[in-house]
Order: sequence, then structure tokens, then C-alpha cells
Amino acid sequence: MLFLQAIQWILTPANWQTVNFGPGIGGELVAHLWLTFLSTLVAAVIAVPIGLAIGHTGRGRGGAILIGNVVRAFPTLGLLSILLLVLGLGLPPVVLVFVLLGIPPLLAGAYAGVESVDKQAIDGARAVGMSEWQVLTKVEVPLALPLLLGGLRSAVLQIIATVTLVSNYGSDSLGQFIISGAATKDYVQMTAGAILVTVLALLADAVLASAQRITTPRGVLRGAGSRTTARGRRPLTAPSGAPISEGS
Amino acid sequence: MDWVWTHAGAIWALVLEHIGLCVPPIVLGFVISIPIGWWASRNAAVRSVLLTVGNILYTIPGLALVVLIPVILGVPLLNPVNIVVALTIYALAIMVRSAADAFASVPEGVQQSATAQGFSGAQRFLTVELPLAGPVLLAGIRVVSVSTISLATVGSLVGISSLGDLFTDGFQRNFLLEAVVGFVLVLVLAAVFDVLLSTAGRLLMPWTRGARLSSRAARTVAMPLAPAVRR
Amino acid sequence: MTISRRGALGAATAVLAAAALSLTGCSSSNSLSGSGSSPKDTPAASSSGGSSTSAGGDSIVLGSANFPENEILMYIYGNELAKSGYTVSYKPSIGARAAYIAALKSGEINLVPEYAGSILSYLDKSANAKSGSAVKTALDAALQKESLKASAFSEAADSDSLNVTPAFAKQHSLSSIGDLKNAGSVTVAANPEFASRPDGIPGLKSVYGLSNIQFKAINDSGGNTTLKALLGGQVQVADIYSTTPSILQNKLVTLKDPKNLFASQQVVPVYSASKDSSKLTAALDKVSQALTTQDLLKLNEQVSGSTKTDPQTAAKDWLSSKGL
Repeated sequence: MLFLQAIQWILTPANWQTVNFGPGIGGELVAHLWLTFLSTLVAAVIAVPIGLAIGHTGRGRGGAILIGNVVRAFPTLGLLSILLLVLGLGLPPVVLVFVLLGIPPLLAGAYAGVESVDKQAIDGARAVGMSEWQVLTKVEVPLALPLLLGGLRSAVLQIIATVTLVSNYGSDSLGQFIISGAATKDYVQMTAGAILVTVLALLADAVLASAQRITTPRGVLRGAGSRTTARGRRPLTAPSGAPISEGS
Repeated sequence: MDWVWTHAGAIWALVLEHIGLCVPPIVLGFVISIPIGWWASRNAAVRSVLLTVGNILYTIPGLALVVLIPVILGVPLLNPVNIVVALTIYALAIMVRSAADAFASVPEGVQQSATAQGFSGAQRFLTVELPLAGPVLLAGIRVVSVSTISLATVGSLVGISSLGDLFTDGFQRNFLLEAVVGFVLVLVLAAVFDVLLSTAGRLLMPWTRGARLSSRAARTVAMPLAPAVRR
Repeated sequence: MTISRRGALGAATAVLAAAALSLTGCSSSNSLSGSGSSPKDTPAASSSGGSSTSAGGDSIVLGSANFPENEILMYIYGNELAKSGYTVSYKPSIGARAAYIAALKSGEINLVPEYAGSILSYLDKSANAKSGSAVKTALDAALQKESLKASAFSEAADSDSLNVTPAFAKQHSLSSIGDLKNAGSVTVAANPEFASRPDGIPGLKSVYGLSNIQFKAINDSGGNTTLKALLGGQVQVADIYSTTPSILQNKLVTLKDPKNLFASQQVVPVYSASKDSSKLTAALDKVSQALTTQDLLKLNEQVSGSTKTDPQTAAKDWLSSKGL
């Protein structure tokens, strides 16, 4: 019942313009996406090269796992409180929080992707006289792309869901409807906010999942299939480390 | 730093409350996901449906869940049960997938030989499948534990006490030290739980001592299958 | 390899266990010596204030809104009740009014410090009583419908106030709320309910004829986020309670309210009718009578200013300074 009312609220065109004299669904959606995009971009620029280097050289993997595990324990609310106390309100501290959250999955996707590349393919590339740089860019990166995109999916989903909290600190996002709705006991508005965030996350995931499918080189499917069957009993065609790759 | 020592009592009370919020979801998540994960590991259709549902649940913002649950369940607003239910839902979203992977990792040949030796279904489950699935289950529950401890802090936004109170109160009073203490304690608590779980794992599964984590378990640790771990 | 790893683990466990033990040790020695610890809402806090159990075992749960002044008031009233023999426990920082009033109605808490005009307009949207006695009559009637009661008003008062930065005030020559008309498009920050409160955005539009205002909901009752948003320029006008020290600290310009849009909000404890007794009101009235607006300013300064006194300690200090 509440759910239907919330859908109706979302489908009311006036609510896209303005809600409670503030930004409407449209405005909050744009703010939410912009924050997600900016944070993911910065996180990728930092994490992907490092991850590729770890995967290529095989060094620093332990450190990357450690960082991933520590960051996973970071409470977002605490991180926001601390950074906003130190740096004041505004985009930079908020983006910094989500860059931190986005780095571990992107890092893991990049190094796991490179590590998953068949060692024979790399040896073959070296044998035909490719330089290390060529091995990385022409063999490892294309073959690592599906897992790398898996890391991207993970990061984007995490950021979209977590960005809602910034509205507790005065920034615009779809979380505003949840926080205002909860404060005024307007459960319809609150549920609508929750639905909007969930749908946005699922849509973003669907888009990235098809990107992942498109970028998977045909040869990899065969290779990955035969390798995984040797270990587990379920052949995995989709990149195995990726979130939601199975079942959706 | 004086503040920390003069407030050790109050801080300790919050630590205990935080633990009280986190232990039930971790235990429930583990116990409930074992039968469900086992079922999912034998039935592709079930697996597909469960994992999709889990992923959708996981994208619901934590904040929304803690406010919606009292409305849906009719539990009083300030009751910690609200947070416990929300955290259990997230724990299940991660753990069912881990458990399904864990049971799928048990080689079919081993199961067949157990059956051939005359093990009953229950016997085979308890003495063969469960122990062999152990390492991956452990990896999964460690992810659940860390994310649960971090996520429980969201309760502070709806009046349910946890270490998160130190962030919200610290922010409200412009008191950086208080917020930092809360943050560090969440990390310490997560580390303590992680050490306890891995120690328990070593005691219960002595054969894994010194062995490298299987690649599947390693992957679960390095890259939690469920995407968002906190919000 | 195995041994060294186990050794490291063992050492880590030992260190953590020792840390945990020392923390426990500290806490118990601390509460024994009774120095300034402020357990939040644990049952352990219930006996603080040195109540005796002989007084019939009346117990009462106090709650507060999510801003420091309200939390201090909760501890002030709570300490006094404990002295009168109540077993007191606390639920601080529940959230906005809708949340803690719901908790009060459901019996999860029994008493909350309120502000007369705000709670009246929350319960009765059409209320228009302005004078103290008229507000009391209207409030009593509105509370009765919810099985709630209010004790006597304190003279201590707090009210909503609209504030701008000195630079913005100068730029647009602002001194009263009506002047905002000429300030271009302005965004006002306040609690979410300000969007629909009669003395919120609708009041600004109808009473002051402002049509150029946007609203930014910030759920912290004019606290630190609201202040930072104002200083950082995300909003141009902020609703901050008049007793908040940040107004003076940042030399904010409080816009005059010549049309009395914001009623003066006298502090008043609101409680469940089931807890009503002469013992209760006697204790509450003692506090309400002693409390002044200046006290509120000072208490807020102690808690959120540089000393970072705990709300509970500030409450105790205030009580002893008043000989209570």
C-alpha cells in the first residue's frame, strides 16, 4: 500500500520539479548521479593503474587486500562526520569520502583481472617479442577488462547506495527524500526515496553488466570456462569475481 | 586525549551497545544462510532467484531500511530490534551467496564417494559437505562481520545508540576528537571480531592451518561478492 | 610460516584482549570515583543521580530531540527527578519532533523537554494563540487528546530565528525578514518540517510576502550542518535557535521579526498523562522556575563551545549552581 503510494508520488510530474520548496526528484537525481560519477572517476584514475601494476608485477597484492579490508570497515557516517568537520561542507570532502569507498573494489577488479589472464597467453606474447608495456596493454588489459568492469560495477553500486547519507550533512542527493520523509513522518516520500535509489542502482548495474558482456573477448569465455571447471564444478562464463554477475 | 579517559565509562557503554546490535545479525545471518545456501547450491533456479533478491535488498539504502522496518513490522521506533532486523537482511544478502558458493565448492566426487560409502543425507551434510564448505563460509562470515559493525552506526540517525553516536554528537558539537574516537573504535571492534572469527575457524577447522585459502575463498575476501558493504 | 603466523595472531589477540580489559578497568574505576562519565541511555545510567530505591520505585524514561540544548534540558530535569526518588533512564538524541513525539505517545519515553509554541503548532496546525496563558490553555487541550500533559512553562525561552552572514546582510541591506524580498533568489535552511509548518515557509510567504525563497531541509535543528551550510554559502538564510552560541560566535545577523512570525518558545516539559503526580510536577516546576534564557545560552556555550563539557555534566553543574 505504502509502496503503491510511493510509486504514485514518483510518477507525479510536479514532484520532479520541486518538493517542499527545494529541488525535486530531477534535481536530487542529477546531484546524486554527479556525485557518483565524479567519485567513481577519481577513484578509477587512482586505483586502476595501481591495480594493473600489482597484477602485472605480482607485487603488492597483500597490501591491496589489506587496504580493501580496512576500508570495508570504515563507517561512512563517521568518515563524513570527520572530513566535513575538518574540511567544511561542500563537494570536495564529500567526493573524497566516496573516492575512498570506490578504490578497493576498483583496485581488486584491476589486479584480479590481470591475474586471471592465462599465463600461457602472456608467455606467448613475450615469446613473439612484445615489450612488457605491450604485454600489459595489448594482452593483459583487454583480457582483464571483464573483471575490471566487475570492480567498476561494485564501486558504482556501493557509491550510489551510500551517497544517500550526504543529505544528512546538507548536500543534495536522493537521500534528501529519505531524511526529510523520516523527520516529518512522511513515509510515502521516504519510501519513494528508497525506491528511487534502489532503481537507480539496479539500472546502473544493468548498464555496466551489458558493457561487461560486450567487452568480454570471445576467446576468454572458452579459456575461463575450461579453467574454472578444473577447480569448481560450475563453469563460470561471466567474470567470477564480479558482483551480481550471476543470478541477474 | 583526557576526554577519552574521563569518558571511558560512557564510551565503553556504547561499545557494549554496539556489540549487542551486531552479534545477533552476524549469528542469524550465518545460521539462516546455511540451509538456504545449501539449497541454492543444488538448484540453479533457486540460486538465481535468491541471489537476485539478495542483490536488490542490498541496494536499498541502509537509512531507508532502518526507518521503514518499524513501519512495516510495527515495532516501536526506538527498539534496537529495528536495526537488528535491517542488519540481518544485509547479512543474509551477503551470506546466502557465500554459502551457496561454499557448498558449490565441495567437489562432486567427494560427495558421491560419501554416498557410495553409505552415508545418509544428513550424515553426509554434517561430516562431509559442511566441513569442506567451512573455509568459504568463514571467509563470508568475516565479510558479514566487518560490514555489519560498520553499518550499525547508521542507527544513530534514528535514535538507536551505537558507536555512531560519537560521530553524530561529535559533528553536532564541532568536536573532532569525539568523532575520531568513534571511528577508530568501529575499526578496532571490526578487527577484534575478525580475529575472533578467524581464530574460531582455525580451532574448528585445524586442517586449514597454514594452508592457503582456496582461490574461491580468497576471492570472497578480496572482493566481496555483494557489492555495497555499507552506506 | 604456520607457527609465526599463529604467533602473530596470538600476540594480536593478547594485545586486543589487554586493551579491552584495560578499557573495562577504566570504566569501572571511573564510575566508582564518579568522575564525569556520562553513560548515554544504558540501564546503568538509570541510577545516576543517587536516587534511593525506597521511594516506591517510580521509574521514568526521558527523551530528547537531536540537538544539544534539548539534551542538556533532558539531563537537568532528569537529575532533579532522580533526586525526588525517581529511577531515571535516558534516550538522548531521538531525532526530530515527529520521531520523539511518536516515542512519547507509544510509551517508549515518558517525558521530553519541549518548547511551548512549537509543540502546540505541531499538534494543532490551526492554533493561533500568542500570549503565554492562551498558549498554555491551547496546549493543554491539544495534549489531552494524545494523553499527554505539560507542566508549568519556564520563563527561559528559545525561538526560531532567521540568520544571515554579515557580508550578505550588508550586500543587500538586510535587517528584518521582510528585507529578504530584495535579496534575489535566497535559500533558507531549516529542519525538514519547516517546509510545512505554519510559521515556516508558508508563513514567510503569506506573512512577509516572500516569493523568492527556496528551501533546503537540514535535519539538525539549526546545528553544525546548518551553520556550515550558511557560512559556506550553500544557503543564504539559516533558521537557528536564538539561544545557540554560534550566532554570536560567527557574528551572524539575526533578521528582525516585526510581524512576530516566530512565537517565543518557552521551555516546558511534556510527559505522559499516566506519569502525572504532584511529586512529578513539583520536581519539574522547581527546575522550570530556576531556568532563564541566559542559562540556556551559557549551557549551550559550555557543551558546544571550546570546553566541550558533557551535556550531563553541564546539567549537574547548573543544578548545583542553582542550589538544586
